[in-house]
Amino acid sequence: MFEATAQNRRNRKVEGLFRLLFLWMTCMLILPVALVLGVLIVRGGPAISWEFLFSPPTNGMTAGGILPALVGTVWLVVVALIASVPVGVAAALYLSEYAPDNRLTRAINLAIINLAGVPSIVHALFGVGAFVIFFRFGTSILAASLTLAVMTLPVVIVATRESLQTVPLAFREACWNMGATRWQTIRKIVLPNSISGILTGVILEVSRTSGETAPIMFTGAAFFLPFLPQGVLDQTMAMSLHLFVISTQVPDVPEHMPFGVALVLISMVLAMNGISIAFRVYLRGRKKW
Amino acid sequence: MTDVAHAADRRDLAWWVDRAVQILVLAGGLSAIVFIAGIFVFITREGAGFVFDRFDFREFFFSPRWTPTSSHNPTYGALALIAGTASVTGLAMVVSVPFSLGAAVYIGEFATGRVRETLKVLVELLAAIPSVVWGFIGLSIMNPLIIQIFDVPIGLNVLNSGIILGLMAAPIMTTIAEDALKAVPDTYREAAEAMGATRWQVTFKVVLPAARNGLVAATLLGVGRGFGETMAVLMASGHSINLPTSPFDSVRALTATIAAELGETAAGSDHYQALFTLGIFLFLVTFAINFAADVFVRGGQRKHRRRGRRPAASANP
Repeated sequence: MFEATAQNRRNRKVEGLFRLLFLWMTCMLILPVALVLGVLIVRGGPAISWEFLFSPPTNGMTAGGILPALVGTVWLVVVALIASVPVGVAAALYLSEYAPDNRLTRAINLAIINLAGVPSIVHALFGVGAFVIFFRFGTSILAASLTLAVMTLPVVIVATRESLQTVPLAFREACWNMGATRWQTIRKIVLPNSISGILTGVILEVSRTSGETAPIMFTGAAFFLPFLPQGVLDQTMAMSLHLFVISTQVPDVPEHMPFGVALVLISMVLAMNGISIAFRVYLRGRKKW
Repeated sequence: MTDVAHAADRRDLAWWVDRAVQILVLAGGLSAIVFIAGIFVFITREGAGFVFDRFDFREFFFSPRWTPTSSHNPTYGALALIAGTASVTGLAMVVSVPFSLGAAVYIGEFATGRVRETLKVLVELLAAIPSVVWGFIGLSIMNPLIIQIFDVPIGLNVLNSGIILGLMAAPIMTTIAEDALKAVPDTYREAAEAMGATRWQVTFKVVLPAARNGLVAATLLGVGRGFGETMAVLMASGHSINLPTSPFDSVRALTATIAAELGETAAGSDHYQALFTLGIFLFLVTFAINFAADVFVRGGQRKHRRRGRRPAASANP
């Protein structure tokens, strides 16, 4: 009854063409990830060894390893998490469970968007003005981590809020009807059902925090320190800044070293992202409602 | 009656805990506002001396001479820095907007099921690469490549940092644009399909115009991302003060200037305060961009809620 007219055939051809065009565009965005990773593995791979990972830099940073930078990044990330996760989860709880649709809520949402959108170097200036100078933490892990915490707060808030909102309203209503208070409902019903989603957000924050450079440059990360940090008021080296330093500031660094540092950094970051994504896919498959 | 009154007035431990938590989480929510206000207050506090004493509107916005370290006559003209940031961001958008929106259309309208999820994850991974790694790529891979391909003396220029910035801004544009496409009610698509439109006709004639506000917001957020990017621009743009006339000129960006110079200034000096003034400028511009994007997103959502609602779908929150 329906025969393909010339018009139909043309439409189908155009449709196919556009489909290909858009697919090509998508691939052009994804290809660079593969290329970057490939180049870093090929050129940085030979630099990686136990000695590279677990010994300090020597010879004016032109030889040796990256241990102080690796340890420093762990310090920065852990302190930043301790500061930002409680605040971020509280903010998300407020927005998801308590906030009425009013001006204050809109202002909070706008503030979150802006915290995520303010340039990282402005966060650095804030860190210098507030934590280093005003609160007198000096250039220290504490100041750098707090700067990172403020900067990555939106990551935790957004992920947690999304996770809380996947818990159906009916669960809460059932609990309220038993006479439970809001907090009892949150603690016994909402949080247990969303905790894994919150964890995904935290992992994502670890990934973001460990790659940031600008916010820690002037607040606590040092170019070179021959020793490991002993406490939160010490300065520290960091992986991201170390990559910047040995690829731009230090002459005569053998080529494989910055590639090795970049490979280790990107492996850490992508591994965290991978875990977070795998976790999310697993959770979605397991969901009971 | 007395029972009801009694129940309403049940202020036991659980009630007090509930109140305390309510205040605590409100404090958490307010912290976002406190921090954004704090950022403005503290950078203004450090930069205020310059803004009130030394700041010269004409010099700052119209002079390309940024020579803060000159001993006899330091000048603080940010024009070349603004031009640097604008040229790099502009090129990044030229490269990135078509691809990001195209990818959003493919992921949102054409791809289905597993392919779609995989593509979304891969775009997310693009966003995960740290900016210092991008900068390093620009420095060590793109630089020799550009020198070789275009036969120019230096490969650290607008082209290099523009391409890198485009890739960095692409994920957020793709994600927000795809959200905007998703927000277009299916009733629109069904109506067009019922008229005999093919998929791409539906996309071009119906979905894209309906999602216009969201697409503008996506582009604005991409601009904001490019505008504020620091490390990649610092490492890949050549970092020399220049009013660019071609994509092969080296430039210097506002953000990169702060990153490169803050470490060498004495706290409280004119130069130090001038760098904080650049920070205030960056803050205000990105605030305006984000605010505008938010207005566009909101406008788009409201429009569809008014026009596109379908009674049967109301059970779906």
